[in-house]
Amino acid sequence: MKSIFFTLLFCCLLATAHAQGDAQKRFQKALIMAEDGEVITLDEGTFRFTGSLSMDGKKRVTIRGKGQQKTILNFKGQTEGAEGIRVDNSENITIEDLTIQDTKGDCIKTMNVNGITFRNVTVEWTGLPGPDNGSYGLYPVQCQNVLIENCTAMGASDAGIYVGQSKNIIVRKCRATHNVAGIEIENSLMADVYDNDAYDNTGGILIFDLPDLVQKRGGNVRVFNNRITNNNYPNFAPKGNIVAKVPAGTGVMVLATNQVEIFGNEIRKNNSIGTSIVSYYMTENPLKDSAYYPYPTAISVHDNLYERDPVRFVGKGRIGQLFRLKLRFGKRVPDIVYDGIVDPKVRSASGQIRPDARICIRNNRNATFVNLDAGNNFRNLSRDVGPYDCTHTPLQETVVRREP
Amino acid sequence: MKRLLWMLALAVPGLGAMSLESKKPQPPPFETLSAYGLFAGRLADQKPAEGVLPYGLNTPLFSDYAEKLRFVRMPEGETVAYNPDSVLGFPVGTVLAKTFYYPNDARDPAKGRRLLETRLLVHESQGWKAYPYVWNDEQTDAVLEVAGDRKEVGWTDGSGTRRKLMYTVPNMNQCKGCHVSGNKMVPIGPSARQLNGIFTYSDGSENQLSRWSRLKWLQKLPELAEVPKLAIWNDPATGTVAERARAWLDINCAHCHSPQGPARTSGLDLRIRQNDPTLLGINKTPVAAGRGSGGRQFDIVAGHPEKSILVYRLESVDPGIRMPELSRQLVHEESVELVKEWIKNLKP
Repeated sequence: MKSIFFTLLFCCLLATAHAQGDAQKRFQKALIMAEDGEVITLDEGTFRFTGSLSMDGKKRVTIRGKGQQKTILNFKGQTEGAEGIRVDNSENITIEDLTIQDTKGDCIKTMNVNGITFRNVTVEWTGLPGPDNGSYGLYPVQCQNVLIENCTAMGASDAGIYVGQSKNIIVRKCRATHNVAGIEIENSLMADVYDNDAYDNTGGILIFDLPDLVQKRGGNVRVFNNRITNNNYPNFAPKGNIVAKVPAGTGVMVLATNQVEIFGNEIRKNNSIGTSIVSYYMTENPLKDSAYYPYPTAISVHDNLYERDPVRFVGKGRIGQLFRLKLRFGKRVPDIVYDGIVDPKVRSASGQIRPDARICIRNNRNATFVNLDAGNNFRNLSRDVGPYDCTHTPLQETVVRREP
Repeated sequence: MKRLLWMLALAVPGLGAMSLESKKPQPPPFETLSAYGLFAGRLADQKPAEGVLPYGLNTPLFSDYAEKLRFVRMPEGETVAYNPDSVLGFPVGTVLAKTFYYPNDARDPAKGRRLLETRLLVHESQGWKAYPYVWNDEQTDAVLEVAGDRKEVGWTDGSGTRRKLMYTVPNMNQCKGCHVSGNKMVPIGPSARQLNGIFTYSDGSENQLSRWSRLKWLQKLPELAEVPKLAIWNDPATGTVAERARAWLDINCAHCHSPQGPARTSGLDLRIRQNDPTLLGINKTPVAAGRGSGGRQFDIVAGHPEKSILVYRLESVDPGIRMPELSRQLVHEESVELVKEWIKNLKP
């Protein structure tokens, strides 16, 4: 039975080149009929689709093209569905060796999948980056055991590679460029982001915890050995989205996340802020979620290399105005910026911050620093990194598990 | 899934003989709608067979102005227990059918109609399964299309305007896109509050719950006065603007935007019972709206529909922006007006 099925699929893909209208239906059928353990092989060529392709409730299924330059699924002119490929409620799914282009919404969204691998996948919006591009390139949400490797993401009006409300995540050896956010880890637990190249985005790598979500709290996120350079692209996210507030020129940004370790990265020529560590209050959004923790704590930034061009803060918007007009750093904006807003509960009576909640900054090359004292209208702004000279126990390595 | 494969094999020339190997009656899904025996006489007339009841909902899901006919068949001798809150717990063996059609001329039923698809929800021992059947052009039967379909339709609407649409029949996974709660498929419509209304049967009008109770389908129905009743979204006699707007949002949005629904990742909860302002979207920032935000800051801004992302998405027909994501290519102008009025009246 399986072989019949393969033949069918094969026929359908051959036929695609001639009868594009059919590709949608036949390809979709293949995804619906796939048996557990099946490898769905896609032929070389450019295939056009008018609606989302979806898979649901499968185990150990692989969708494999002939290579990123060779198997291209193009969704230009899509009329149905908010993503290119969607996978729900599945286990141990692999998507590899293909390209997804020009979807109306996200390129690939996976939700409630335990074991999802993206390997050698390109997700891109062709043409100039702009707010009409879809939101996310690779978009696993509420997933476990997520492995993203050797992937490329370009042109997303939110994040090129985005992992949200998930657990056990590795993002490695990927390239993210010309997105608003290159790589973003949001409300997620246990994540290793390493050996990636994030350049020419608005912000390179973002580690965020946001309120009002199902998975409330992220943490144990390690960002290491990445090249995070030239992330100065003007922000083109539609307003209202949290990334629309990220100033152009951001290398790494930690927003309200706990237990984040940033080390061994090359963070160069991000001409607003190399690394910012801020609370949710800096977004100026209202906050009603009582189960949400808005402060970044237990952050460690060590052994990174910093470099900045001698230019003014390139980011626009309210943060840009703050830096250019009020803080007036001129062309010497500090590499590491901390908003200085501290949870009163982690301070002792004498004002000492509990050791396990501290922000630790040590042994970074060429790094300058500022604590903005944003909670007191920037009154006691301080460039002394001395009080942050400490270390935390290194965070745990993330292991992504897959059933054999 | 194996069964589906088998059916596919039937479609391949030379493999049809396989169907002869099996002598006992096959369980669903059947290849054609007619095989279920839900209708008597000409299939396109949609006259319910013995043991099948038509039903209606107080406020239904909008699907591009398609008209819908709904039917339920319960297994003989089985009953369903009343509950005031959620969709009724239909027993295994129940079949729910929904036929989508466009009248040729909405002003004159005598000019006929075109049936497009019949969606079945079949409660099998493994749980609910959804099967889309697409009507043939001759209107003699509908055939299972697991991958869905697209059909060009045209009709004259109530104002006499000629309209055209590339109608999309969802694929089986997309059925789940709305009908999944937690990890299980569930029906969305037939709850007590939706069924609590008068229906015109072939033998006269009657409250649907009363009839179900009288037929011994429904057990433990309290006095009707105690049964919640959902407002009819476009009938001001049945509820305030807020009640009708919330009823419309409940059936059109809450199957996804609820704590167990497919859009739970957004944190937005549009169920009629939700009263927390932030979870309802008031001054709530979007999570992954992307360009769906339309440059607006919050899902709902009290008093300001024009600043509310929710309205922006209801007014859009772009697949990357519009809500609901599926089965809507046109704007439901009338309900958008209602939702706007509700937001306008919300006190900041």
